[in-house]
Order: sequence, then C-alpha cells, then structure tokens
Amino acid sequence: MATPENRRAHWRANLRLLATLLVIWAFVSFGCGIFLADTLDQVEFAGFKLGFWMAQQGSIYVFVGIIAYYVWRMNKLDREFDVHED
Amino acid sequence: MSVQTWTYLIVGLTFALYLYIAYRSRAGSTKEFYVSGGGVKPIHNGMATAADWMSAASFISMAGIISFAGRDGGVYLMGWTGGYVLLALLLAPYLRKFGKFTVPDFVGDRYYSQVARIVAVLCAIVVSFTYVAGQMQGVGIVFSRFLEVPLTQGVLIGTGIVFFYAVLGGMKGITYTQVAQYCVLIFAFLVPAIFLAVMMTGTPIPQLGFGGTMTDGSGEYLLDKLDNLHVDLGFAAYTSGVKPAIDVAAITMALMVGTAGLPHVIVRFYTVPNVTGARISAFWALLFIAILYTTAPAVAAFARTNLINTVDQASYAEIPDWFKKWEITGLVAFEDKNGDGLIQYYNDANTDPQFQAKAREAGWAGNELTVNRDIMVLANPEIAQLPNWVVGLVAAGGLAAALSTAAGLLLVISTAFAHDLVKRCLKPDISEKGELLCARIGAAAAVTVAAYFGINPPGFVAQVVAFAFGLAAASFFPAILMGIFQKKMNREGAVAGMLIGIIFTASYIIYFKFVVPDKNSTEHWLFGISPEGIGTIGMILNFIVAQIVMRFTPEPPTEVQEIVENIRTPRQFTAASKTTDG
Repeated sequence: MATPENRRAHWRANLRLLATLLVIWAFVSFGCGIFLADTLDQVEFAGFKLGFWMAQQGSIYVFVGIIAYYVWRMNKLDREFDVHED
Repeated sequence: MSVQTWTYLIVGLTFALYLYIAYRSRAGSTKEFYVSGGGVKPIHNGMATAADWMSAASFISMAGIISFAGRDGGVYLMGWTGGYVLLALLLAPYLRKFGKFTVPDFVGDRYYSQVARIVAVLCAIVVSFTYVAGQMQGVGIVFSRFLEVPLTQGVLIGTGIVFFYAVLGGMKGITYTQVAQYCVLIFAFLVPAIFLAVMMTGTPIPQLGFGGTMTDGSGEYLLDKLDNLHVDLGFAAYTSGVKPAIDVAAITMALMVGTAGLPHVIVRFYTVPNVTGARISAFWALLFIAILYTTAPAVAAFARTNLINTVDQASYAEIPDWFKKWEITGLVAFEDKNGDGLIQYYNDANTDPQFQAKAREAGWAGNELTVNRDIMVLANPEIAQLPNWVVGLVAAGGLAAALSTAAGLLLVISTAFAHDLVKRCLKPDISEKGELLCARIGAAAAVTVAAYFGINPPGFVAQVVAFAFGLAAASFFPAILMGIFQKKMNREGAVAGMLIGIIFTASYIIYFKFVVPDKNSTEHWLFGISPEGIGTIGMILNFIVAQIVMRFTPEPPTEVQEIVENIRTPRQFTAASKTTDG
C-alpha cells in the first residue's frame, strides 16, 4: 500500500533524477555545444572538430540517451515506491 | 520516366494512402475526435508525434539554413531536440495524468480562473495559426515547383486533403495518417542523404560520411574541404561560429522552451492509455526525430559543398537544367555584374583588405548569385544528379511533413474553439453531438483561413515565427511548469507572470521587427540578445514576477493543491492519502 510517506519519497527521488538529467542536458548543449565549443574545437576526431560535432550531432545522441534512461529509471521508481499504475 | 511523372505518381500514391487510412478511422465521439479515444500504442504515438513535430520547416528549411549558417545553425538542432527533453521530462507524464484534453484545460483548471483559460486559448490559437501559415507556404512551394501547377491550385489540393481527414477523422484520423506520413517523410529524407554520402565520401551512413574523407581523390576530410572553400570565397569557416555565444544560447533556450510549450505537440500525449505510455512514447518520438535531426546537418554540409562546386566560376550558358527551373520560381537569381558570363559567388561584404584586393584582382564586381535557403533540400537531389524517382520522393516527403503538422495544428484550433471556448466558457450544457459539430465547424473554418494564408502568403511569416516561439516560451512553459512543480503557485502569480512574459516579449519583437527594423542589430539589443532569443528573458521575467506576486496573494484552494498532488504520481489516489510538501 502506498502511504503518503511513500508518495513524498517518490516525488523527492523523481526530483533528484530530474535535476541530474537536466544538468547533463545543459552541459552537453549550452556547455559543449555553445560556450565551450571554441575550446573543444581544438580536439579533432574522425574528421570532426569536437565542439562542432557536439553542436550538430553529439548533443542529440545524448538527449535520446537521457530520455531512455529516464523512462527506465522512472518505471523502476514507480514500483519501488508502490505508486505504479495497476 | 521524367521527374514530373515520378512526382505525380509518388505524391498521388501517398495521398491515396492518407485518404484510405482517414476513411478507415473516422471519429464517432468527442473523445475520439480530441484524443483518439486515448488508446494509441506508444510506438505509434511516437511516430505520430514525430510527424506532428517535424514541420515543413524541419524537412524543407532546416538543412538549408544550416547549410548557410554552418555551426551557428546548430541552434535549431539543439533547440528543437533539447526542448523535446524538457517536454518529456517536465511536462508530458504529468499532463497525461491530469487527463483533460487541452493545454488551456490544464491552465484553466490548475489556476481556477476563466481569465487564465481565455489567455491560454488565445495564445494557442495565435501560435497555431502562425505555424499553419508556414506549412501552407511549404505546400505551395512543393506544388508549384515539382508538379508545376499554379500555387493557388496546389494550396487548394493540399488543404482539401487535410480538410478531409482532419474534419472527418479528428485526432483518430490524424494519428494514423501521421504514422504513415512519418514513414514517407523519413524515407524521403534518408534516401537522397544516403546517395549523397556514398557519392561524396563512400560511406552509406550520412552521420559518418559527414566526417569522412572526400572520394574525389584528394583524401581531404569533407569538413576541412568545406572550410577551405568558405574561406576562399570570403565566408567564415563552415565549422566555426560567427554569432556571439550569449545570443546563440538565448536563441537555443527560446527554441527549447518554446517548442516544449507548443500545444499541438503537448496534446499528443493525451492519446496514449496511461502515464507509462506517455513516457515511452516520448522516447520513441525523440528517437524518430533524431534520425532526421542527425541526418540534416550532414545533408547541409553535402549540399553546401555540392552547391559551391557546381556554381563557383561556372559558365552561365552551360548551367544545368535545375538551375533554370528554380530561376523561374525566383528562388535562385543570377545577375552578371561584371559581364564575363561566369557566376561569381562570394561574400562581397567581407571587409578583410586582403580578400578585397583578391576580389579586385580577379575582376569580381560583387556577388552575382542569390540562393534562397529553403530550396537546398528540394534542389539537392537534382544538383547531385540523383535518379528522377528520388526527386519525386523528396517532393512527397516535403508534403507529408507539411500536411501532418498542419493537421495537428488545425485540430488544436478546432479543439480550442469547441472545447475550451464553447463548452468551458460559453455554453457548458452543450450536448456531445453539438460539441462534435462545433469542433468540425471549427476545423473547417481553420482550414479555410489556412488556405487563404497559403494562397496570399503574408510577407511577415518569417517575422512572426519568432513570435510563435517567443510567446510559447514566455507564457505556456512557465505556467505549466510551475503548475506541476510548485504546489503553492496560485492564480494571481501565474496570470501576472504570463501577462508580463507576453507583454515584454511581444513588445521587444514588435519594436525591433516592425517599429525600428533598421536598428535590429547587436549594439541596440538588450544584453546582445536578438528578437529570436528574447523569449528566454520573457520566460525568466515570468518566473520572477510569478514568485513575487504569489508571496502577497492567497494560497490556491485545497482541491487545487490536491490536483497537483495527484498528477505527481502515476497511480490514481483518493483525496484522503495526500502528502504535505511541495
């Protein structure tokens, strides 16, 4: 049975997960793709400059990864705290 | 077979497919009309969301814009996909749990206010019409160039098709046609990209070929080659940024939060059976979107290299056929300024004295070629001399992208009218049948207005797109976000925040785009942020004002705080088991 404490703990765990994922989200886009792009461009790999690659490819792959992890983790959290759908 | 025959054949087949699907999935109830009965499988909903989301702008314009903007074009890639992350993490699951049909529904109920509801309805309608006008222009370009029918007829055929399945089928018809349209558009985008990747770099995967070496025997990396071509012609290197980082960041942010607040995309999450379904379908949707979004920058680089190689110093008398055809539409223009019969394409605004000396020495009298960015994707297969059927396929893909988005938007407009305005504000006792009729009339009226905009495209479409994103960013996004994550946020705070956000953003855009367009440059902008990025500041203002006003006004009623409790967990709980923080 889901107690109010359970629901509160579930919400806190949810917020922690969101905070972590949004830090990664901001780091790859605003960090690597924009503010650090010129610095990262010093590094070259597979024909790309790293900053350019992050802005036009890398950030998008990370975004897909973020959502995939979120879906998996949230479904697990729902069950752990017994607040999943029947 | 000729390009035109192929185009007629492929476009005809895809249209027949959409109509058949629409006929098979007609809507019988308002719930089917608004949210397809709420029983769509997550993977199908993911595809439909992807098609809904990726508009004519994504398919036709985006690669072209990146092609001309180089690294700075990344704002669209990161902005639109990054905004999707916000939508999937912060909005979609909770709005699904809330379980009403529309965004104004959420805003109106959460903030227990008819004013907030009406502000939301108006924003939804303005944002959607702005968008529809853009889609119809895309339809017009494809029809007039590839099927060589007059623009008016092209737009009428396009709107006729949308009319048929949006008015009859509602969300149910739209969902399954969008699934088909996603398949058509992604296939149409990938095929020429793969052809180009193989031709130019010898690998079939565009995302890798983009960083590969040229097959022309030089062994040079494609991007290095492109940087060199750019520098030789006086442009900034393709892989380097030109705009100030602060403006790039503001534009990216405005696109992100704006895109997360677009009502036609949010409403797609109401069509899945439950919260878990909403999360999973968000994942599928971004995966399907990412296929196109990671291919687009590769196409941009291929197209740019091909274009420069084809036109630079080419003799106008021997120019290929595609060039002449696009010249008729006015989207490509050549003016032989120095009378040498050759095309000089370079950056004549470059102030570097060394480059200017070089241009003088070569006898160049200014840039002689203008190419509209919107044609890069459509012209690409012809520039690269791909088979005729590929050209026809790209036309069908562009139409699929435009029609799927247009249909989603028209549905938002008709729902806003029938459900949010008539049922929730004007005539609450309206019957189910009456509401459905209202929704159909709303959709029909919206289609008619959209057709009018398609035939008489207002010159300000490009300018108002900044509006659509700015408004969504400064109004919807903060209101919904605080509605979910801040239990004590009340009516006064949210309404004040939305009003300040909208007024600030709208005045800034109107001031620079319409009042003093000649002062629209970095030195006059606030913090160096362009009108395209100002929605970010509008959003921040919205948050701040809402927090301050909330402190001095009464708490929201207990029932509303319970609604907020309830949307935070996937399972339905009764009012007795509530928590206390937030």
